[in-house]
Amino acid sequence: MAAVQDAPVEADNEKEIKTETLNDAAGNHASAAGGVIPSPPVASTSSSGPAKAGGPGSEEQQTLMAVLQFLKKNNFVGAVDVLRREAGILEDSDESQGQELAASALGGAEAGDATCTLSRASSCTTSTPAVAAAPAKGARCAVVCVSAGGEDQPDVNVVLSAYSQQGDPALYQGYYSGLKKFVESVLDCHRAELSQLFYPLFVHMYLELVYNNHETEAKAFFEKFSGDQECYYQDDLRVLSGLTKKEHMKGNETLLDFRTSKFVLRISRDSYQLLKRHLQERQNNQIWNIIQEHLYIDIFDGMPRSKSQIDSMSGSLAGEAKREANKAKVFYGLLKEPEIDVPLDDEDEEGENEEGKPKKKKPKKDSMGSKSKKQDPNAPQQNRIPLPELKDSDKLDKIMYMKEATKRIRLGPESLPSICFYTFLNAYQGLTAVDFTDDSSLIAGGFADSTVRVWSVTPKKLRSVKSAADLNLIDKESDDVLERIMDEKSASESKILYGHSGPVYGVSFSPDRNYLLSCSEDGTVRLWSLQTFTCLVGYKGHNYPVWDTQFSPYGYYFISGGHDRVARLWATDHYQPLRMFAGHLADITCTQFHPNSNYVATGSADRTVRLWDILNGNCVRIFTGHKGPIHSLAFSPNGKYLASGATDGRVLLWDIGHGLMIGELKGHTDTVYSLKFSRDGEILASGSMDNTVRLWDSIKAFDDIETDDFTAATGHIHLPENSQELLLGTYMTKSTPVIHLHFTRRNLLLAAGAYNP
Amino acid sequence: MADERRPKQCSLVLPTESMKVMAESVGVGQLQEECCVALSEEVSYRIKEIAQDALKFMHHGKRRKLTTNDIDHALKLKNVEPLYGFQSQEFIPFRFASGGGRELHFYEEKEVDLSDIINTPLPRVPLDVSLKAHWLSIEGVQPAIPENPPPVSKEQQKVESTEPLKAVKPGQEEEGPVQGKGQGVTSAESKGKEKSISRLKPRSTHELSVEQQLYYKEITEACVGSCEAKRAEALQSIATDPGLYQMLPRFSTFISEGVRVNVVQNNLALLIYLMRMVKALMDNPTLYLEKYLHELIPAVVTCIVSKQLCLRPDMDNHWALRDFAARLMAQICKTFSTTNNNIQSRITKTFTKSLLDDKTQWTTRYGSIAGLAELGPDVIKTLILPRLSIEGARIKAVVEGPVISNIDKIGADHVQSLLLKHCASVIAKTRPLPDNVDQYRADYGYLGSMLCSHVVKARAQAALQAQQVNRTTLTITQPRPTLTLSQGVSTGSGPRTPNIIKVPSSLTLPVQTLVSTRPVTPAQPSPPATKYIVMSTSTAAATSPQVVISLTSSRSSSPITSTAPSSTSTLQPLVKVEHTGQSVTTPGAGGSRTLQKYIVVSLPSAVSSEVKASSLSSPSTAVDSTVKADRTELPGASTHSSH
Repeated sequence: MAAVQDAPVEADNEKEIKTETLNDAAGNHASAAGGVIPSPPVASTSSSGPAKAGGPGSEEQQTLMAVLQFLKKNNFVGAVDVLRREAGILEDSDESQGQELAASALGGAEAGDATCTLSRASSCTTSTPAVAAAPAKGARCAVVCVSAGGEDQPDVNVVLSAYSQQGDPALYQGYYSGLKKFVESVLDCHRAELSQLFYPLFVHMYLELVYNNHETEAKAFFEKFSGDQECYYQDDLRVLSGLTKKEHMKGNETLLDFRTSKFVLRISRDSYQLLKRHLQERQNNQIWNIIQEHLYIDIFDGMPRSKSQIDSMSGSLAGEAKREANKAKVFYGLLKEPEIDVPLDDEDEEGENEEGKPKKKKPKKDSMGSKSKKQDPNAPQQNRIPLPELKDSDKLDKIMYMKEATKRIRLGPESLPSICFYTFLNAYQGLTAVDFTDDSSLIAGGFADSTVRVWSVTPKKLRSVKSAADLNLIDKESDDVLERIMDEKSASESKILYGHSGPVYGVSFSPDRNYLLSCSEDGTVRLWSLQTFTCLVGYKGHNYPVWDTQFSPYGYYFISGGHDRVARLWATDHYQPLRMFAGHLADITCTQFHPNSNYVATGSADRTVRLWDILNGNCVRIFTGHKGPIHSLAFSPNGKYLASGATDGRVLLWDIGHGLMIGELKGHTDTVYSLKFSRDGEILASGSMDNTVRLWDSIKAFDDIETDDFTAATGHIHLPENSQELLLGTYMTKSTPVIHLHFTRRNLLLAAGAYNP
Repeated sequence: MADERRPKQCSLVLPTESMKVMAESVGVGQLQEECCVALSEEVSYRIKEIAQDALKFMHHGKRRKLTTNDIDHALKLKNVEPLYGFQSQEFIPFRFASGGGRELHFYEEKEVDLSDIINTPLPRVPLDVSLKAHWLSIEGVQPAIPENPPPVSKEQQKVESTEPLKAVKPGQEEEGPVQGKGQGVTSAESKGKEKSISRLKPRSTHELSVEQQLYYKEITEACVGSCEAKRAEALQSIATDPGLYQMLPRFSTFISEGVRVNVVQNNLALLIYLMRMVKALMDNPTLYLEKYLHELIPAVVTCIVSKQLCLRPDMDNHWALRDFAARLMAQICKTFSTTNNNIQSRITKTFTKSLLDDKTQWTTRYGSIAGLAELGPDVIKTLILPRLSIEGARIKAVVEGPVISNIDKIGADHVQSLLLKHCASVIAKTRPLPDNVDQYRADYGYLGSMLCSHVVKARAQAALQAQQVNRTTLTITQPRPTLTLSQGVSTGSGPRTPNIIKVPSSLTLPVQTLVSTRPVTPAQPSPPATKYIVMSTSTAAATSPQVVISLTSSRSSSPITSTAPSSTSTLQPLVKVEHTGQSVTTPGAGGSRTLQKYIVVSLPSAVSSEVKASSLSSPSTAVDSTVKADRTELPGASTHSSH
């Protein structure tokens, strides 16, 4: 299976069909292949696709045959001819091979009907309209759609038909409890690993029963064994429990997730052998089929993992990430700061008042600890992603930033930051999103009543530019022309931006404070000018609610993600997205740019965090371990680490370079809605629905792990037992959920939330 | 395997009856059973799906409460037209009703008079969103300002004082350092020692910051100073400020010392001020005073029973202070008395002891009676009423005997009025009618005659109050046609009986509801099940000649004081309702009165008995008169219902 990923590029399209056909690529990985969709429409790639696919291995040949047979069956004569010609298959050969295929593909399965496999092959490629939620396949779908001459009917039945091979429904309980007995009887060290099998097996057996209309058996099966499943699968079980009829399976997204992606398990070789032997002895084909069909077992050599190790990594919708999914190199280093001459004079005087002489280096480099100005080996090339040119105003702002940085307070366990809390009063439960500008001069709030409000928290009031007619009257040569264009009459402490037609779920300021992004339930992302306080662009692309949006730290680009499970990368001057990141199996709930702007992280309701490469759209990291939808993400300032918070109240820390979980911060009792590292990365602040702000010692959290070489090699983590040692402080608010956190340039922590009496 | 068992995931399905009812409501009369089953499964599944989607919107809206808007958005996701008109923020607009073995919730659609809406003045515009900043933490320490929650929550204070060992159990370790920080202990210190000292009580610092010291000085000076405006402000601050926890020991000592000194000096004004401070401390919702009661209670009790509280006992009104302090004491007992500390019984014993002592001065006597009386009617009943005749004799000796001293006379007068005031209300509730002066004199001696007039007055007043707001529910149950009469008297004497049929709360006038037998609405489909119809009329209708049942009793002196029947048996066979087909609707439809609503309900006997049971639990006094009143009205009622 791994070979598929490494295959030469030109056969790519062909392989996409293949991977889907054989269900080899789990959804986990499918995205990596099909993630990037360049702005020109997809069809062009498909037409030129399969030219070179003539001589692949026999496996691929079989796939082709399967497709051919499907086309034939549906009387797409032209398409058959084209495919045959391009693939170089002789007419007579496909008949015989088709039979072969049927026999080999189905193996020992009882429902040995060629159409079954075939339809499965086609289903994955044609069913997309219904599977709007999995647009990754949009690209692949087009391959067949074009050749199939507009087969547009969504045929989910066919997706499901894999379940048609059935055993005796009465025996299912026996199969399951037999396996349960076996697992309970094995040695302790294997038991934890083999227990992982229960949940996916349970789900698939239940779905098989439901699909084959054995309603009562299904219900009995569910009632008998649902209590055994791990508590973090409860949400999914709830969905399953409602699903009792074959008709319900159509259009159920959770179900499609199970079907279209393989559940990934990591099991040591020993345990796997044990399982295999058991199933062969018992002739337990039913379970073996499910394992073959729907599970991906990632076998590793070495010691079986312990229960706690497994628990810390599992919990996502589709099991753990495959190991190879996290092998890609990630350039997590920071970009070199442009050389700017800082007028040092006045700064020195102020600097001396602070403790010692503050270093004159670029502050971000400070935090990384790299002494020289040369390129960080882990950093991407400076122009890997084209970034906007710095304008004069940006340079001024950078200078301001550096000046402020010299006055920054060094934080640590002994010197905790002060927290200033901005409470939104009279918000009537309507505050849904908050953002601060980097210089902490403006606050934006998104509200459930579709408005976006901007406040100035400095004495400087918000002014808009004069109208065009008035602007004409201004003397353009005067020195203070920038002052003159502003309309004094409009000065106020806050402005309201009207435009959305649904609750605003995300707001984000551009780094230069000229723009504001907001995304809403109405499916649009809007760009607002903070000069005129009007809407400039409405970016339409998501057809469903957009949950989060975020500006790149360098401006110009921004990312959005929503209910349609796709994250889109946009540039402010393009009305269409530049990249679409598809692969998540449920809503994308939060988005975050890497500090070097080369990567974006997305958190999802499928309980995974993914890291995407903006350059090629690949998914380079999949982090599993959360037990609930993820609602907040934060990169450490040095770009090495990622923190994520979920509805279960836990915060997990990830090492991006190694693709490992390195910490678990327990303490919150409700959804963590905001996370932020201090400017130097010493403190991680988390804000939650439980009305608390908590401060964590991130230095210690990272140090504890880095000494351990073993974990890096095997990917098996030992988390410290008690995260309480890392907790530096808890600050209760007065029934005010903490929705946003922000460290000012001097390391003062700002928090925001709506008072909720 | 999951070790801990969770509540089972069950696949609940809407009952098929609901499907039938819904079908009926849209005009589909006969829905087949299979259709119902199929429908209910499908509908349940879809509802679950939508609820799950709605939950997403709730999470992203950063709320804990699912709103109707969330449901609307979830419907929109599925390309379904949202349900308009369900914008209610708080309450659920459905009402429950049951009848004939069917239970259902329905949406009450009232007829709305547009002119009413137009004529009502516009509500005030809600306040606009505003932003307010405060310090949540200053260099790691949370300042005690009103914007922040109190550093130590009241629950925790309570736990600390009532169960000191539990507060430092290892299970609560995580709170330890955090709270420590809040109180100014450096985190490193407390964390390092957390493990080793976990068995010991946490060390608490008793240093006040400079600001706190200033505050303390200002407050105490204002409280006992001469400027009344300042004092009011200071007391207000004590009663509301959330950050006083650490100063509590100081305040407590201040008060107890103050009382000690000022009792000796007979400084009435200062004693009053100090008691007001106690009151303010008690009122502060963030403070739990249990730990300081050993200082506060002696001070308060002193102010109640001290022989002399002022320089001129004949002139000054130290009685008011005693009353005030007695009320405080009662409040303390109510709040803090537990089976462990036995505050109430200990206090009661103290008071009783001085009351029983013959040599007790009038002032102290007054105080101990006041203290006992404030503890509630039960205490009065058991401890004061039996002593009435003795006290009466004592008073008589002073009032009618040779004049000994003016002070004694004043004291006796006060004791007398105090006794009359407190005992009359209790007697009015417990003693059966009639109020016979001679009988009273025989029972209570010297005070008897005055007591009698007071009781009569008290009864009249209670009746008046009851009349102002009263509610009547009239129910007739099917299996054994009975008329249960329960009248809620909202005098605050007890929890109102839960009525089966809720009357719109906007109606302050008596509302009578009648549950009758027999299906009356022709639209009701399945005939075998018995249907009831509930009809409620406004009072205007009730007083009209076509009244269904009128409850204005003519013969009782206090007609509607009863909250509940004293026993069910007296009420069981009250009314027989003829099972004529159109028993109740006809008067409603034919009459001019406006019908409020029709509800299909059933009253299984369990429900009705439950109602009776619950009404029994409410204070049931002076029932007899009302029961009688009911009986007088019953024939009328039955005739009307058979109308």
